[in-house]
Amino acid sequence: MIQLTNITKTYRMGEVDICALCDVSLRVAPGDLIAIMGPSGSGKSTLMNVIGCLDRPTSGHYLFENKEISSMVDDDLAHVRNAKIGFVFQSFNLLSRFPAIKNVEMPLIYSGVPSRLRRERAIPVLEKVGLKERMFHTPGELSGGQQQRVAIARALVNNPPLLLADEPTGNLDSRSGAEILNIIVDLNKQGVTVMIVTHDKDVAARCKRTINLKDGWIVGDEATP
Amino acid sequence: MNFLETFKVAFEAIISNKVRSGLTMLGVIIGVLAVILLVSIGEGARIYITKELTGLGTNLLIITPGKTTTSGGFHPPSAGTVRKLTYDDSLALRRRAWLLTDAVPIVLGTGKVKYQNKFRDTTIIGTTAEFERVRNLFVDTGSYVTQADVDSKAKIAVLGRKVKDELFGAESPLGKVVMLSDARYRVVGVMRKKGMSLGWDVDDVVFIPVTSGQELFDTDAIFEIIASTPRAEDTDRAIGQIKDILTRRHAHKEDFTIMTQGAMLATMNTILGVLTAVLGGIAGISLLVGGIGIMNIMLVSVRERTREIGIRKAIGARNKDIMAQFLIEAMTLSAAGGVIGIALGVGISLLIPVFVTVLPTSVSLWSILLAFFFSVAVGVFFGVYPARKAALQDPIQALRYE
Ligand SMILES: Nc1ncnc2c1ncn2[C@@H]1O[C@H](COP(=O)(O)OP(=O)(O)O)[C@@H](O)[C@H]1O
Ligand SMILES: [Mg+2]
Repeated sequence: MIQLTNITKTYRMGEVDICALCDVSLRVAPGDLIAIMGPSGSGKSTLMNVIGCLDRPTSGHYLFENKEISSMVDDDLAHVRNAKIGFVFQSFNLLSRFPAIKNVEMPLIYSGVPSRLRRERAIPVLEKVGLKERMFHTPGELSGGQQQRVAIARALVNNPPLLLADEPTGNLDSRSGAEILNIIVDLNKQGVTVMIVTHDKDVAARCKRTINLKDGWIVGDEATP
Repeated sequence: MNFLETFKVAFEAIISNKVRSGLTMLGVIIGVLAVILLVSIGEGARIYITKELTGLGTNLLIITPGKTTTSGGFHPPSAGTVRKLTYDDSLALRRRAWLLTDAVPIVLGTGKVKYQNKFRDTTIIGTTAEFERVRNLFVDTGSYVTQADVDSKAKIAVLGRKVKDELFGAESPLGKVVMLSDARYRVVGVMRKKGMSLGWDVDDVVFIPVTSGQELFDTDAIFEIIASTPRAEDTDRAIGQIKDILTRRHAHKEDFTIMTQGAMLATMNTILGVLTAVLGGIAGISLLVGGIGIMNIMLVSVRERTREIGIRKAIGARNKDIMAQFLIEAMTLSAAGGVIGIALGVGISLLIPVFVTVLPTSVSLWSILLAFFFSVAVGVFFGVYPARKAALQDPIQALRYE
């Protein structure tokens, strides 16, 4: 499903180039559930952003469903983000002006779904993450765990084959964190390919595969026994 | 993402920040209001003057002594004359220019009119009987100057309404004697009330026979000849006849000027048209300032919503979606400001004549359309830069923005 070949991402800091991702090659098969681990600053978020088509690598090739992403124009990348990839952030990234349901509907606006159908499609997804009763609450009126559930619903509303979660439980207490993780693992069981950045060994233990990063290099990639 | 969706997104942003949106619009509202208001005042003045000029009488031709090269325009009533026009010139025109219905000689000056111990400084006009008809002025009581009065240099006077009211009050002036300078004149008539015409009070006048006027002002010339043709189509031929007759009488020199009402109208229209354009232009500048206000706010708004832009991009918004969102937001602000400004401008324009009677206004469709078009254009022009700035943000940087 995903194939990264010699992906490098460098940032220029004054005189020196620092490499956030160094020569990363990686294959992800459909239905996989992968934990990304590594110390802070090791390039986990950069990897997620490249895979999520939010960031462009400095060099290397990236194939997503056999399409070359590296050569795509901005509009095509936007389409991939909209239709193929669901992104869940550590800091939720909801629009606080809008109620939960509007936040969930938002990706559908950019897929050209008419407004009546948007609501029809957003409600069952909110129901799936257990927030149907709160759909008219704004993010400010929801707890962190609830906000992250809205964010997951937003990521899922277009039925993307790939879900990327960058420390989704980083801002949550352990109980809400566990709930969010259950939702994500469930999704994988329903066929969604999932990559999840985490610091938690127990979380990694629930995944099928763990990739370790250090200073931009992949230093470990093994299946969970 | 279609237009309606983009509009909804932009509209949500506008109403979620009502105070700021209102203040931003205020700049455009004031600009558009000023355009509509000033243009309607300029237009009102133009229409007023056109009406007054056509109300002078039909197809007037005014012959003044001296040759001016410009056509049309006004001459101050006391312009010094180079070559004289005479009473006999007017008689010759009356006799021989068959296209003219009238050729009325005029002498004019200011003087003191006195009755018993009351007096008034007023305009004294020496004319003939036809003046009444040519200028659409009519006697109310008594009679007007007659040809016999002119022939006999009779010392008779017809009073304008205001002069009569000032000197006689309710008393009937007919048969009474007033003093013009040092001469005694018998009042034979009072004019019907007419009011202001082109800034000149037609009621503040004393009419006397032209020959008596020449004596009073101690001149053998006349100030001007007012002629009229019954049909507008004949104007050019009538001018030819006048030139023919007068040059022959003036040793084959064209030492006089013939002014037509049409020429006066055209000149006034040009002057007032330019005035209106200048006023509109000045108001347009304030609209421009309003536009700069929009740009300013939009730049702030783009910065404030950097994270929102990042989020929208992360979930699939294309650059042009973001661009459209902010551009439409700017256009909606300016167009809404335009509509409110137009409504206020039209409203105030219609109210002005009710409270200030000397200030006629005329709301013209073109100024409304222009103001609206211009306000939308201002929104586009000043919205493009902030919208582009929003659209070209890097999604990662935008998401990181605090
Ligand atoms: N925009 C940026 N400019 C400069 N350096 C950056 C930028 N983004 C990330 N980096 C650097 O790249 C490295 C990897 O960062 P990141 O992928 O965020 O790490 P992680 O998510 O594992 O903590 C870090 O050294 C970080 O400082
Ligand atoms: Mg990170």
